[in-house]
Amino acid sequence: MPQSKTYRIYFLLLLVVLLACFLVNISLGSVAIPFKEVVNAILGKVTERESWAYIIWDYRVPKALTAILVGSGLALSGLLMQTLFRNPLAGPFVLGISSGASLGAAILIMGASLFSGLFSFGLVNDISLALASSIGSFVVLLAVMVVASRVKDTMALLIIGLMFGSLTSALVSVLSYFTTAEKLQQYIYWSFGSLGNLSWQQLLLLAIITAVGLVISILCIKPLNSLLLGEHYARSMGVNIKRSRYAIILATGLLAGGATAFAGPIAFIGLAVPHLTRQIFNTTDHRILLPAVMVYGAILMLICDTIAQWPSSASVLPINAITSIIGAPVVIWLLVRKRKMVF
Amino acid sequence: MATNINFSLNKGELAAIIGVNGIGKSTLLRTLGKVQPKLSGNILLNSTPLEKLTSLALATEISVVLTEPIASKNLTVMELVSLGRQPYTNWIGTLSDQDKTKIKSALNLVELTSLQYKKCYELSDGQLQKVMIARALAQDTPVILMDEPTSHLDLYHKVQILKLLQDIAHKTQKTILFTTHEIEIAIQLCDKMLILEKGKSAFGEPCDLIRNKNFENLFPSDTITFDGKTGAFRVNK
Repeated sequence: MPQSKTYRIYFLLLLVVLLACFLVNISLGSVAIPFKEVVNAILGKVTERESWAYIIWDYRVPKALTAILVGSGLALSGLLMQTLFRNPLAGPFVLGISSGASLGAAILIMGASLFSGLFSFGLVNDISLALASSIGSFVVLLAVMVVASRVKDTMALLIIGLMFGSLTSALVSVLSYFTTAEKLQQYIYWSFGSLGNLSWQQLLLLAIITAVGLVISILCIKPLNSLLLGEHYARSMGVNIKRSRYAIILATGLLAGGATAFAGPIAFIGLAVPHLTRQIFNTTDHRILLPAVMVYGAILMLICDTIAQWPSSASVLPINAITSIIGAPVVIWLLVRKRKMVF
Repeated sequence: MATNINFSLNKGELAAIIGVNGIGKSTLLRTLGKVQPKLSGNILLNSTPLEKLTSLALATEISVVLTEPIASKNLTVMELVSLGRQPYTNWIGTLSDQDKTKIKSALNLVELTSLQYKKCYELSDGQLQKVMIARALAQDTPVILMDEPTSHLDLYHKVQILKLLQDIAHKTQKTILFTTHEIEIAIQLCDKMLILEKGKSAFGEPCDLIRNKNFENLFPSDTITFDGKTGAFRVNK
């Protein structure tokens, strides 16, 4: 078919863009390193200064890889949510998954001072933080699921998701009110989102979580496509709705929960990337959309991170702000131009 | 609500369910298609209880056309009809040559070939209804259940689709059951009809039903009466 051929060219082009973004991302930073030396460092050759290779391999490459994993994971989870709930507004943020992760992190960071009997001090490290926010996002996701099985109306479900979100935010507010300034600061830094600070081990863990989520999503491609017609039609075409629904939710929880756990709550990517991809690829077939949203998510995240580290300046802006500042206008522009939210 | 409904259909029969609004036509049809759980009673498919079949096995036996709107209208006509082949495709949904042939012939039957690359949001309600019928045909099941498949069509296309369904039922020995408010057309085209009324139901060939005066009390007789000779309803002035 001629169609699949053009898609192949698209994908090739996108991968080239991704590689370019990756190289640009790692060649910029607070320390100016000539591009040739960056390439040398990547290829494992000797660099002019030893510290450059160290900066590239222990700081910039893990950060760029985190951006790719987080961007693609969030984008994919957004796509899964939008198809499962058959709602263009669905996304890890809207359904309270990210708020759940925030609650998990908040309880771990700030709750420790409240329930000092339950939590021993010094418990807060990156691994436990990741665990806490993953658990938080899963708990909220399950709560939404339980309600979802009772409520048939997807619009009502979306509002319930929003309510769960504001409920968890309120709990976080209560926690912040009673906590110490130092703990509050720690939490706020987490909520800014950050792609740096991940060790290679943590990166491996994130990669494994994302890979599991991805494999489950790939196995769900066929049910996802039939869900485009609605659950009743999907069932009439032989889809085991209950099993597919749980599998999709599980994949979303792993992808969004994992990304949020390691990089903090990152807005916009999950909601917007699937829309951007649909506008550009003009298809609803998940066999095409699934890889496409992942590559787009990764590219967008790399671009946002490149802007966040503000070339050749020492300060790094919060990534969460950048994704919204860059992303929201893009989506608005796309919708105004096309005048229609194709879903 | 209609109760104590009892009927059976043979291969190659086109049958209609009729009755007033809210009597339970759609509910009955959706229950037969296992779209919603049954309240009570037995449903047998080739003498196997419906609930014994897995959803995948059922998908190769029964296809449905529902009244609910589809979730995404960003699909092309081709993509939507292709989804009907899902019970037969591999784990990722690759279409075989046989699948493609079935899709093409389904599109041909409802005369949608010229629209196959259009997006569903570009279609009229009537065209979309034909697409949903094509999807059910592409699923190629011995039984097809349709909930008001012609509600958005004009008179010509209503007759055209119902004649097509009659043709398919007779030629390919499929059993097609649909709900409708087009009683007069149904009387002329259907092999069997099921009339749902409060507390009772009548089932049989249209001629027998007319002879037994089953249509007479369908609507309040001070407003609408049935003329058995012409098989038509008349408004009382």
